[in-house]
Amino acid sequence: MKMKLFGAIMATAMAAAPALAELKVVDTSYRTGPYAANGIPFSDGYQDYFTLLNERDGGIGGEMINLVECETGYNTEKGVECYESTKGGGSLVYQPLSTGITYQLIPKATADGIPLHTMGYGRTSAKNGKVFEWVFNYPANYWDGASHAVTHILNENDGDISDKTIALVYHNSAYGKEPIRTLEKLSEKHGYDLTLLPVDHPGQEQKSQWLQIRREKPDYVIMWGWGVMNQVAIQEAVNIRFPMENFIGIWWSGSENDVKPAGDRANGYKALTFHNLGSDYPVYDDIQKYVVEAGKAAGAGDQIGTVLYNRGMYAAMLAAEAIKTAQEIHGTAAITPAQMRDGMENLEMTEEKMAALGLPNFGPEFKVSCENHGGNGYGAVSQWNAEAGEFELITDYYQSDQEVLQALVEEDSMAFAEENGIELRCQ
Amino acid sequence: MFYREAGDFKTSYQEDSQTFPIKFDRYRYYAVLIAAFAVVPFLINDYWVNAVFLPFLIYSIAAIGLNILVGYCGQVSLGTGGFMAVGAYACYKLMTGFPEVSILIHVILAGGITAAVCVLFGLPSLRIKGFYLAVATLAAQFFLVWLFNRVSWFYNYSASGQITAPETQVLGHAVTGPETAPWAAYLFCLVFTVACALLARNLTRGMAGRKWMAIRDMDIAAEIIGVNPLKAKLSAFAISGFFVGISGALFFAVYLGAVEVGEAFGINKSFLVLFMVIIGGLGSIFGSFAGAAFLVLLPVLLKNVLVGGLGWPTDLAAHLEFIIVGGLIIVFLIAEPHGLAQLWRVAKEKLRLWPFPH
Repeated sequence: MKMKLFGAIMATAMAAAPALAELKVVDTSYRTGPYAANGIPFSDGYQDYFTLLNERDGGIGGEMINLVECETGYNTEKGVECYESTKGGGSLVYQPLSTGITYQLIPKATADGIPLHTMGYGRTSAKNGKVFEWVFNYPANYWDGASHAVTHILNENDGDISDKTIALVYHNSAYGKEPIRTLEKLSEKHGYDLTLLPVDHPGQEQKSQWLQIRREKPDYVIMWGWGVMNQVAIQEAVNIRFPMENFIGIWWSGSENDVKPAGDRANGYKALTFHNLGSDYPVYDDIQKYVVEAGKAAGAGDQIGTVLYNRGMYAAMLAAEAIKTAQEIHGTAAITPAQMRDGMENLEMTEEKMAALGLPNFGPEFKVSCENHGGNGYGAVSQWNAEAGEFELITDYYQSDQEVLQALVEEDSMAFAEENGIELRCQ
Repeated sequence: MFYREAGDFKTSYQEDSQTFPIKFDRYRYYAVLIAAFAVVPFLINDYWVNAVFLPFLIYSIAAIGLNILVGYCGQVSLGTGGFMAVGAYACYKLMTGFPEVSILIHVILAGGITAAVCVLFGLPSLRIKGFYLAVATLAAQFFLVWLFNRVSWFYNYSASGQITAPETQVLGHAVTGPETAPWAAYLFCLVFTVACALLARNLTRGMAGRKWMAIRDMDIAAEIIGVNPLKAKLSAFAISGFFVGISGALFFAVYLGAVEVGEAFGINKSFLVLFMVIIGGLGSIFGSFAGAAFLVLLPVLLKNVLVGGLGWPTDLAAHLEFIIVGGLIIVFLIAEPHGLAQLWRVAKEKLRLWPFPH
């Protein structure tokens, strides 16, 4: 029985071997499980943008994009299986959309020479390109996000929050724990009190955490949630009548399907973002024309223009721009993963570039360098308007507290370098 | 025709009570061992090791461990995930604390530490039985996961709470860390799996195993014929914990390389290993392997057939996978409540007589 099983797996693995002369991009998505509500729009956006490039421009630089999707279910074991099954054939870049899987893949991808782009998640100290050669997390990371939230609270209180209390409701995992150190450092600097409230996977049970919030009445609640945890937290906040304008989510806790279940009373909920919102961009006309009307939209095609769809599309756009950069540097259309890495390291996003792509003023300008793989840490705050049914930007892009963060990034990445005997680059 | 016993004479008790008394069976077993040690390492690549062989081997060890407790000694445990976490974290602390000591010793020590923890949580089994014991071990599961999340000493105060296996070598070849060759990781786990299976097989057919089975079948009767329930139950917990700890250590160090306790060792893991034991067959070493193979390999196979072979959308395939695996579990359990091992036993009986069943 076992032998037959192996034989069958072997046969299908061979049948699935892809053609080589293409730009292979893997989308490790999750359309099932407790995180699917957030995984689907991101994956749809990621795929639709590449489909658009294939349909409208004939790929990138004349090379078609071969998009391979692999379902991870936000599960690390399946994530490893996905990575191993798709890494052959010159996969250019991985975007795992899971901090847990990212931690798995950092050593593996580094050993295999395949770049990782963990946009706004993953290991924050990967920003230090001197240590993490193959990992990129531009344009912003978790510690930027923590700082953005605190800066926003500072601005609301005229720069003095020494008498305030802030509670952090977080997913009890590597993802949720990321901002703690930053918030503690910032608490030393600004003098606020910090309460930590972990929520266990998958986050459907949060009664006790919100009971504690009701009892202790913190002035602000910051949330690091994902998947079903977001919806439950926002519903619980509504239930205890927590003032929604004092409730700030990280960018992964700010999509339409997180707030809609709570109805009108979720109005005023705030979430951070590192790119613009809405579907009022020229590129959407092209997506409509070349992708949706051609019947090639990924998934059910009903997510277009939502926050996470935009984010997925933004990730695909950054990947496509990095491919273009790599093609220019190396003078070849069919690039390898190593050349892709060079492309990512020399990526520069300017306003002209984004406007030319049909996405004017969509994200902050940034430039990746050998030392800095994480961009400049610009972000903005958005607020949910229940009546209009959309998130609206309420601030301009502003920079995170680089003075505090740079020291933290340096400290954490150097510890990693020492532990793993990594020689520093860019000297 | 197959499994012919004609002419297969036994002239000593030793021969008569060996694990594979039928010649054909014995040669098949040797052939599998030779193939596993001498052929497979030359053929496998990263994908085969990380998606198929490592999970199969490691879950087999866990299933053997749990089978000793549930299948042989009759003590229901829902704490397997937590005990695997003990093995993983013990291995991590040993690897980072004593990097000069071989990983082989760390893994075995991690098994020993898990055995001690397992005995501690096995103490209630002296007073309570059945469902009540299951609830007590469930508490162990939640407590241990909470502990490893809460106390940052266990993950060396890393900011993310993740533990990452440093690179270690055996005989000059890396077996953990990103530079590991696929065959090295495979052989390392295979050695542990084979050793554990041999150990378990010999324990369960010896005096210890007979005591466990006596306790399982009727504890009062066992006590009357002179089996000490304290020793029998706690030794089952200890030995089960040892195996589960080894599997947890390998799961973390060799297979995944980085884990996070809530995600990797949650309650789902406890149920998964318990299902392996139930589907494979309670009280059977072969059943542990069969159950692990069924629950680890079938989803991978289905995924490859549906997505790779037929080109279906990944979400549809993932949902169908649940339906098919779930359906097959029900079918198997209705067709043969004693698991795949019993199915195998029946097939063997039939093959012994085939093609002349009368």
